Amino acid sequence: MINDKNSQKIVDIIQNWSRKHSIWVLAYGTGCGAIEIPPTMTSRYDAERLGVRGAATPRQADVLLITGYLTTKTLKRVIRVYEQMQDPKYVIGFGSCTINGGMYYDSYNTIKVLDKYLPVDVYINGCMPRPEAVLAGFGKLQQLIAEGKANGATKYKENLEWYRGNQKKIIPNWVMPEYNW
Amino acid sequence: MESIWYKILGAIITVIVAFIVGLTYMGLSRKITARIQNRKGPPFYQNFIDALKLASKTSAIHHGFMQHIGPAFMMITSIMSVLVVPVLTGDQWFSNLNFKGDLIFLLYIMVFGPLGMALGAGQTGNPNSAIGVTRGLSQMVGFEIPWVMALVALMMQYKTASIVDLINIQQEQGVWLMFSSPFAFIAAVLAMLGMFRYSPFDIVGAPTELASGPVSENGGKYLFTLMSSNSIFAFAKLTLYVDLFLGGASNIVELLIKTFAIYLIPMLYGTVSPRYRTEQAIKYFWGWPLFFGFLALLYAAIF
Repeated sequence: MINDKNSQKIVDIIQNWSRKHSIWVLAYGTGCGAIEIPPTMTSRYDAERLGVRGAATPRQADVLLITGYLTTKTLKRVIRVYEQMQDPKYVIGFGSCTINGGMYYDSYNTIKVLDKYLPVDVYINGCMPRPEAVLAGFGKLQQLIAEGKANGATKYKENLEWYRGNQKKIIPNWVMPEYNW
Repeated sequence: MESIWYKILGAIITVIVAFIVGLTYMGLSRKITARIQNRKGPPFYQNFIDALKLASKTSAIHHGFMQHIGPAFMMITSIMSVLVVPVLTGDQWFSNLNFKGDLIFLLYIMVFGPLGMALGAGQTGNPNSAIGVTRGLSQMVGFEIPWVMALVALMMQYKTASIVDLINIQQEQGVWLMFSSPFAFIAAVLAMLGMFRYSPFDIVGAPTELASGPVSENGGKYLFTLMSSNSIFAFAKLTLYVDLFLGGASNIVELLIKTFAIYLIPMLYGTVSPRYRTEQAIKYFWGWPLFFGFLALLYAAIF
């Protein structure tokens, strides 16, 4: 009964439904994008009606929201935060800077493509994306979770060497603990 | 002999009912808060979805033995206190496992859970947890004193330490204790503001300031345990207030109406108040609540 595929499918559907409707966001306010989060959460756009809620610590969060550019110094902290989060976890890249560097495309101290360092599930395009766009991004993430396609965390575990290699190329003094899942 | 089996079965059902009612009340409070802030707000069953999601998350966190035991302490406290509170009066099933002197037992057991949680939070080594724990214990020193004074006044006035006896006294007299010993009621309600940890007394969790305080290293199933224990504990406390001051309840609808009316007091006070600092919170409890506690004791000693 426990290893039965059909019963597992039913459990998956129920769990994915609950994950879809209860998204706790850790908004890592790295760049200017953090300014769009308060209007999304408060009265005007009210993301809480979709079950989207702010989480206080990485241990409690489901979604890591990376708002804007990431400097090489911040990247180290973001990696630590991401690896402290509990499965299942998702990453949303917010703004053009996380896609191709945006207006910081020729900067010497920001990373250009976030997906090389952390597995991004959903990108929200724009500079800045308005709250409507943010809500649309959450809607897309909900759709992916319901279909069981938001599997960035498993991708990260499978290709850990590749991600680690990229991360260590950027961060020369790597003094973080080596995790083994 | 048969009646004890009824009581045990009733107590098990009570725990389940307490879980459901507590989570629904928390969801309703989120909804009402949202409406006050001119938002649409989450559906009232949002907390059930959150609980289901938290229960289905992995919890690969290890800081030591006490960290795993801390949430269990909270759960044990909640279940033990809901077991001794009579839920429905004059009912064979839901008078629960109370005994002579259960008020004194409740006074002790209600402090046990936060202390266990404090040990668990201390072992995580998170500075936010440590600050949250010190704040929580200081606040407990604040609100426990008027609360104990209110209960001692009741015990003195009616010469009993049993909740069932107090309910029976209210039914014989035909007057709720809320009216026959008003100062104890006021002191107890003011102490309740701190007990429920809504704003302005949310200095323990303190969202955006302390990163949820003692629970900041607890994710997934630990958070689920804490959430369910909170909801059960809320139900236990509300039912205790209804039993002590509002004459108990003879059926479930009456119980729900009375408990929700009591629950609205800290919640609505919270939605319109900003957060106190720690010393302000303690000063608050050692001001008017303590005064009303003394008045209640005097009232009990004279009448």
